[in-house]
Amino acid sequence: MEKEVNYEYGVVQGFALSALFWGVIGVLIGILISFQLVYPELNFAPWLTYGRLRVVHTNGLAFGFGLGAIFGMFYYITQRLAKAPLPFPKLARVHLWLFNAAIAAAAVTLLLGYSQAKEYAELEWPLDIGVVVIWVMFAVNIIGTILNRKEKQMYVSLWYILATIVTVAVLYILNNLAIPVGLLKSYSVYAGVDDANVQWWYGHNAVGFVFTTPILAMFYYVLPKATGAPIFSHRLSIIGFWALIFGYLWTGAHHLVYTPVPDWIQTTAIVFSIFLIAPSWASVVNGYYTMNGRWDQMRSNYLIKFLILGITFYGLQTIQGPSQAIRAVSQVMHYTDYLPGHVHMGTMGWVALTASAAIYYVIERVYKTEVYSVPLANAHFWLALIGQLIFSVTMWFTGLQQGLMMMQRNADGTLAHTFMEALKLNYPFWIMRGVGGVIFFLGFAIFVYNILMTIQKGKRLGAAAA
Amino acid sequence: MNVYSRPIVFLVLAIVVISVGTLVTTFIPLFAKTTSTPIDGIKPYTALELAGRDIYVREGCNNCHTQTVRPLKFETDRYGDYSRGGEFVYDRPFLWGSKRTGPDLAREGGRYPDAWHYQHFKDPRALVPDSNMPAYGWLEDTQVDPAVAEKKMAALGFPYTADEITALNGKTEMDAMVAYMQKLGRDFKEIMAAKNAQAAMPASALSNPYAGNKSAIEEGDDIFEVNCASCHGKDLKGGIGADLTAASLKFGGTDADLYASITGGRPGGMPPFKDALGDDKVWRVVSFIQYVRGGGEEAKEAGHGGHH
Repeated sequence: MEKEVNYEYGVVQGFALSALFWGVIGVLIGILISFQLVYPELNFAPWLTYGRLRVVHTNGLAFGFGLGAIFGMFYYITQRLAKAPLPFPKLARVHLWLFNAAIAAAAVTLLLGYSQAKEYAELEWPLDIGVVVIWVMFAVNIIGTILNRKEKQMYVSLWYILATIVTVAVLYILNNLAIPVGLLKSYSVYAGVDDANVQWWYGHNAVGFVFTTPILAMFYYVLPKATGAPIFSHRLSIIGFWALIFGYLWTGAHHLVYTPVPDWIQTTAIVFSIFLIAPSWASVVNGYYTMNGRWDQMRSNYLIKFLILGITFYGLQTIQGPSQAIRAVSQVMHYTDYLPGHVHMGTMGWVALTASAAIYYVIERVYKTEVYSVPLANAHFWLALIGQLIFSVTMWFTGLQQGLMMMQRNADGTLAHTFMEALKLNYPFWIMRGVGGVIFFLGFAIFVYNILMTIQKGKRLGAAAA
Repeated sequence: MNVYSRPIVFLVLAIVVISVGTLVTTFIPLFAKTTSTPIDGIKPYTALELAGRDIYVREGCNNCHTQTVRPLKFETDRYGDYSRGGEFVYDRPFLWGSKRTGPDLAREGGRYPDAWHYQHFKDPRALVPDSNMPAYGWLEDTQVDPAVAEKKMAALGFPYTADEITALNGKTEMDAMVAYMQKLGRDFKEIMAAKNAQAAMPASALSNPYAGNKSAIEEGDDIFEVNCASCHGKDLKGGIGADLTAASLKFGGTDADLYASITGGRPGGMPPFKDALGDDKVWRVVSFIQYVRGGGEEAKEAGHGGHH
């Protein structure tokens, strides 16, 4: 029985709270940099300039919030699905502290300008080594738990967890290979075209194996638990999983369309990007059909709203993304604000909504209680949704406008607009984007408050029971 | 029993599945010469330019500026010639970027004088009123460290002299940044200018690098057969096009004449092949034609028997 298993929940909560902490910091920096683009006087000091802060925003949220949530949720989900505790709970505690130390060190070094200037791989080489050590500590505990499992079959979530563990390791190590020329300075072992190709193989698969497979692991775990219904189709899960992890690794060069990277690599990436619609939608369909006959839960169960809107944005994201890979679309949209619009539908829509549902669900289970306030959770949901929609939609509009203005010609064939003419027209949209960010942040702050109060309630109940 | 109840087998299988795309699109291309061979004339960075490039990296300029011009007409009209792979072989890391909050900088070198850049870094809005670029005047407050610069040059294997390192004394980070701005795309512009100057020279001033070169003649034969034989005949005796074995040719029979005819085309139906073949292949074809003209038809037939 469950009671006999001595699950390690301390690190689960520790990572969830760490994720919330870095989430708050990351979103606040995001708001600041969104206004810096309109009001350059907000670049207060060298270490607070846009160029340095933007990478603190992306790294803080991808790795502080994203990985924090992933570590916490994976520790919980793996133990429960294996019906076995972590083999090395002390190692997991060290992992928690090292993780927070690493994110703090990442933020400080990036603010000081120590950067490799490769997107989502900006951290300099000593921190890269730290990240690898942290990842190995995590992998040992997760794989150890799975090997000790009492449940013979591994459920879908565990497939995604295992795929995440090996793929992130391969990606991170190969892309960060560098020649150190000082304690915090290095040069990539790859140069020029090769460096670009390796970087975007990494960059796109960081999206795949940090923002997709782990979040799917959470989705496949929490949806059946929250609805009380099994996932619609096991076969669809199987096809979706293998096709997704096979296809993803081919697609990196869709970030490099029309660059000097060889055309055949670009075209292959475009083709596989289109291919990825199928396995992505396998999960979307699986999610929707699981709701068959239970759609009333959208009203009655706050978690379902997060999960279903989350998977809906995943579905939209995985159609919009491949469409952007196509050369004709890339011509217009690439290098414009359409890209951050796309990215933030994925992160603020799919990732944040789904991870939030997982954190709510897991904290409830850790303390065997209900969330502190369902109305507050609903407020969080609506603010997150509205904030994200304002962000994405404004960026799509202004991106399209900018892209088309760059192409537009006069009757005599000369270019119709200067770069600055198009840039200026972004400003009102960027202000609206900032407002969307503030609304999203209000939702996030409510989320944090609700979780903290749930923990407090849980502790009180635990003390009363004892 | 299946793979879903065997975690180790599952892990191995997952590694195999993710390796296929990785090997084909990322690993194997690392060994392709086309992605790592410099264009003749592209030079590594000087110590000052490299210092500037590292500041560009430190300040995250790549978050707003790209450094690659796409081969699209509206793009080359705006920024200049499109980017070639061979321009970037000294770039660690590459700095192509993915978003243009500011304009592309791949062809920035020589676009403005140094003085423009100094003023623009200090106060972007003084020169571009609606600009949202942060001011970087504080780059003048820090000096480039010659010892560090030398270490970096050595680590990258770039050539440098002791004088070049000494000359860094007193240079500020601002000086380095401006030097880097002026380096962007400069070598490539010079290569293209030299090429254009060469193209403007009278053809008679050109000389065939492959005259009499046996392997070049054989390759020229192959190129001729694919591109020229349909009009001039496999035996060069003509058809739709002129008989190239004739004692005197309408547009001249010297190497330079043939080169001019092939690259630029001639009235009466001969199309230009400069872009399709490129100089190197054209000279091989010229060598082959001269070989046949010199040795006669027998040479051509013997050649066929030999290597086809």
